[in-house]
Amino acid sequence: MSVEENLDKSTLTLTSSPHLRSPVTVRRIMTDVLIALLPAVAAALYFFGGQALAIILATLAGAMGAEALAARIRHQPIPLRDGSAAVTGVLLALCLPPTAPLWLAFLGGAFAIGIGKAVFGGLGMNVFNPALVGRAFLVASFPVLMTSWRWPAGAGAWMQQGFDAVATATPLDLLALEGVQTPYVELLLGRVGGSLGETSALALLIGAVYLLVREIIDWRIPVSYIATVAMLAAIMGTDPTFHVLAGGLILGAFFMATDYVSGPVTKRGKLLFGVGCGLLTMLIRQFGGYPEGVTYAILFMNAAVPLIERFTKPRLFGAEVDSNE
Amino acid sequence: MSVKTFAGGVHPPYYKELSASSQIEDLPAPQQVIIPLIQHIGAPCQPTVEAGDEVAMGEVVGDTDAFVSAPVHASVSGTVKEIGETALPDGRKVQAIIIESDGEDRISGEAALQQQRTLQSMNADDIRDAVRKAGIVGMGGAAFPTHVKYSPPPETDIDTIILNGCECEPFLTCDHRIMLEEADEIVSGLQAIMKACGAERGLIGIEDNKPDAVEAMREAVRDHPYQVEVLETKYPEGAEKQLIDALLGREVPSGGLPLDIGVVVNNVATAVAVSRAVKRAEPLTKRVVTVTGDAVKQPKNVRVRVGAPIRQLLEASGGFSEAPARIISGGPMMGTAIYDLDIPITKGTSGIVALSHQLAADASEEACIRCARCVEACPISLMPLYLAEYDQESALQYNPLDCIECGSCSYVCPSNRQLVQRIRLTKATAQAEQEDSS
Repeated sequence: MSVEENLDKSTLTLTSSPHLRSPVTVRRIMTDVLIALLPAVAAALYFFGGQALAIILATLAGAMGAEALAARIRHQPIPLRDGSAAVTGVLLALCLPPTAPLWLAFLGGAFAIGIGKAVFGGLGMNVFNPALVGRAFLVASFPVLMTSWRWPAGAGAWMQQGFDAVATATPLDLLALEGVQTPYVELLLGRVGGSLGETSALALLIGAVYLLVREIIDWRIPVSYIATVAMLAAIMGTDPTFHVLAGGLILGAFFMATDYVSGPVTKRGKLLFGVGCGLLTMLIRQFGGYPEGVTYAILFMNAAVPLIERFTKPRLFGAEVDSNE
Repeated sequence: MSVKTFAGGVHPPYYKELSASSQIEDLPAPQQVIIPLIQHIGAPCQPTVEAGDEVAMGEVVGDTDAFVSAPVHASVSGTVKEIGETALPDGRKVQAIIIESDGEDRISGEAALQQQRTLQSMNADDIRDAVRKAGIVGMGGAAFPTHVKYSPPPETDIDTIILNGCECEPFLTCDHRIMLEEADEIVSGLQAIMKACGAERGLIGIEDNKPDAVEAMREAVRDHPYQVEVLETKYPEGAEKQLIDALLGREVPSGGLPLDIGVVVNNVATAVAVSRAVKRAEPLTKRVVTVTGDAVKQPKNVRVRVGAPIRQLLEASGGFSEAPARIISGGPMMGTAIYDLDIPITKGTSGIVALSHQLAADASEEACIRCARCVEACPISLMPLYLAEYDQESALQYNPLDCIECGSCSYVCPSNRQLVQRIRLTKATAQAEQEDSS
């Protein structure tokens, strides 16, 4: 008997250790994020019908088209398989109002990937969350189109006597402009005015639990973010529960601020990042020109990531006690 | 059972069941052994024999005056064919003594005379001397000369000896089998090590995936003041620094050694070798190796001669069941991939693992997505993603020399990045800078 039997030296490889790899891949992570967004997508379809589906598809087309084009220009294999452009597309769509024209959705998706990601060098290189870059671009360029809300299906019998269905405001608008507070149960279920994905906190939370259970996201950023918002709301004399459930906070805290590429990698850094996001969100909501602050809070904190990491390097095993060297 | 552990680490699949229940099988002397003159960390040996010499089994064939080194012995009786060269599993070409076996395993008269010794009659220096003469090095893989571990600087006091029975590398079961089959020899080795170091406390650490070994060792220490401690099954539980931290809550200082905090860690297989060296003046010429992997026909544990070609072990295991993608000397997390089946088993070789194309990691690298899995997995709390950057100036700021190369970061990386390989580059740069400045 010879050992050479079944041994094919042409397929024997000599790579560096380790020789085993975890089954978790980028593609699997992105797939899990897309699965976690399904309840929110389903809620959007339920509340806003076919228009919601069209907006999501248009945003996806813009994002994935830009990803493919950027790879083409750089003579690289088209990386759509990793699923990251699809995640950006869906996230951006969930930030758009249900009245958004399809060209706007497409443009936003293309900008998010083209300017938010590709110009930095593609996956892993972008400083800012691409979906939020897309949203910030649209809000700045098309402010009217980006703030035209409408009532979702079966919504708000409690409010309909006072407000016109076309000029529907979001709960944060109502609070800021009219001093009217939307009931919690409406916020939780999503029977309020708002973007496709930010209306139903419950649908988002189901997805968030999935991400936590699958260990795709760490609890530190969303928990510190939401806790900071709640605490500041209490200190400022407004209703903490309302501020947590209203607007894009749940979507932002669990799905945007937790973006790997544009967030910190250290544990303490994640806590700090979440606290900073919460602080900025409340400052913008209470004192800023916009009723909503999640987008700019996260984008601002994205820029602070290198600084945060510098001050939150983990304590080296065997280093002097409490040294950060 | 209370279970101890360390921070960080990963949970790879273990595949221990492939060989865990196979009793250690003694393989006969091969026709020829290749004894590398360096099988350890430290200075290489010089040949003490010439081509054509007759050698007895256990006879010294290479030695040196350097302190951090260990002599090498003939693992068969026969004729020195040549002083030649061999590759080690890590690819280094080193000088080696090649001995043609006469198949008789004849031992030298001097060795036979020394076979009646007791631990009681020996002092610490005698034990250290016996360990050095037997050429014992760490058998868990690192191959650090064992007598050096027992020789602390005068101001250092060793209080605790830890025997490492974790065997946290996936697939490997040689230490598991040794604990089941040679528990008493392990305990007698521990006694000798305690005496050599003047330590008061003796611990044996075993992962909780080996309850039968825990039971066997507890039975063996029943009349001794030693404790058997159960540890979580987590990689790299058996890394020296992590094991000490898990058992004693003491951290080996950055850049330091276990000796600095009064601890000596030895593998259970090393303890067996120490026991034999002390009681019977028996040199280290055989060791237990696990031959396993999903591409091996009959995975098993074998006791083989140091210097036996890897081919002999694979033949004894029936060869390959399918084309292997990777043949590894050592475990799959820290071992080295090999190509040549005629390179020898050394004192530090704990396993030969053949992985199929399904199991071996060979996916191509993707971009780092900064997911932080490597940061969370690192048992030393390093930031592997930054240590692995090609920009060495930046990478050097992240404590490269503290990396123990356990591979946890590469294992968890969803982008299949070769983090350990890159960190080795950073380490080499850091070492070169250190040497330049000193």
